[in-house]
Amino acid sequence: MNDPSAASPGQLPTIPPLVAIAMRPLPLLPLQFALGGVLQRIHRRNPAMFDRLGDHARARFGIKPIDLPFAFVVEARPPRLSVVRELPKDLDARISASLANLLALLEGRVDGDALMFSRELVVEGDVEAVLALRNAIDDAQLDLATEVSSLFGPLGAPARRALEAARGRMIGSSGQGESSR
Amino acid sequence: MMELICPAGTPAALKSAIDAGADAIYCGFADETNARNFPGLNFSRDEMRKSIALAHGRGARVLVAINTFPRASAVDIWHRAVDDAVSAGADALILADIGLMDYTARRHPNQRLHVSVQAAAANPDAIAFYAENFGARRVVLPRVLSVPEIAEITRESACETEVFVFGGLCVMAEGRCSLSSYATGKSPNMQGVCSPPSHVTYEQTADGTKSSLGGFTINRFAMSEPAGYPTLCKGRFSTAQGAGYIFEDPVSLDATTLLRGLRDAGVTALKIEGRQRGRAYVESVVRHFRHALAALESGSEADIASLKPFTEGQASTLGAYRKNWR
Repeated sequence: MNDPSAASPGQLPTIPPLVAIAMRPLPLLPLQFALGGVLQRIHRRNPAMFDRLGDHARARFGIKPIDLPFAFVVEARPPRLSVVRELPKDLDARISASLANLLALLEGRVDGDALMFSRELVVEGDVEAVLALRNAIDDAQLDLATEVSSLFGPLGAPARRALEAARGRMIGSSGQGESSR
Repeated sequence: MMELICPAGTPAALKSAIDAGADAIYCGFADETNARNFPGLNFSRDEMRKSIALAHGRGARVLVAINTFPRASAVDIWHRAVDDAVSAGADALILADIGLMDYTARRHPNQRLHVSVQAAAANPDAIAFYAENFGARRVVLPRVLSVPEIAEITRESACETEVFVFGGLCVMAEGRCSLSSYATGKSPNMQGVCSPPSHVTYEQTADGTKSSLGGFTINRFAMSEPAGYPTLCKGRFSTAQGAGYIFEDPVSLDATTLLRGLRDAGVTALKIEGRQRGRAYVESVVRHFRHALAALESGSEADIASLKPFTEGQASTLGAYRKNWR
């Protein structure tokens, strides 16, 4: 029995710092508009997902990709998303990780506890709310390429193929499980 | 071949376990009747019914864990869980409390019963008690036994034996640990939560991360140091003898290399811990052990993935299976 691996979940790539710097001047409103649409769509298609949040359905989560010059504030009920340069102080919880790890978590391709063990996921604030969110998302079996490509109307099919290719480059075809082989 | 018993905290994880080759999946209701009562986790009654039907359609079985100890003033909650699991078509109930076993054996005499690891049945006499009085068909052995001890118990017992092969470890006899209760007022035995997340805080400092439970500092991890769960048993403490992990290191059990010994010991089923883990964990760990079991049967060398990325503290142990203490 070999031990080929030892690859950790954190081997997913990060955004190069120069690219992140180049993104700094970009306006945030178009991104907020687009991602807000994705969240609304996820909410419509997965109503049970938000039931799993229970008492935390109205919590405000700050999501900080550590390799991007902006962050997200997300609320589940009603579904709201804002893109901000800095996270506000009055959040219920903050979650930080690389963009690739956050996207892989959203699709259930990596295990949140494993990312905590390897120190690639940082949680602050209401841990119970974060756990409820993680479990709700993991059960929802989200496919971000499908969700995002829906914004492209008649160009949805080619957009989906492009997004799937981009996802493959960023987080691999099956995330943590395969990366550990 | 030994059966592979796999965890599922959500219906999606149950599907992942089946896809990865589980013979049976164990799961519980979203309440205090099961020992993984974490927020956003577990199954509604409707989800349980549908998941059991799905599993049966795919040739897998579902074992419903009702393995906490009923509170005196609220026994009905546990009785209802038993009745609902039976009517949902559960292939077996995993129980820890003798009162609940008695209820189940009387009310549902044809229902297959398994003795939960939470019952801490660690010798042939204890196991015989469950088998003779309640008709228990299988016992999940506590994680305090060596492989030779498991072989001896299995030989002397009328019950099938099931043992853990991967996942979190408890240092205490299961079902009898009060460390979480001491710090938070809640325990896996009564409320189904060890170190409830409502009482956990992580604080980022200049030196790394400080984890606390119920106001007690559990650990301080340097920036790149692998971390573990915020449980008292895996806390790092300062004592007169020095600082360190005085109860247990933050490591996960991995008995992949002991499968042959467990099979020769007469073990019927291998269990993977981790109903609180995500689909990625379930898929990868179940696939790993499915490949390892296939290799064991064929006598070949298995080319399987390392499970290190999924282990607590990024480290594994053979635990008590290779015991060199008493």
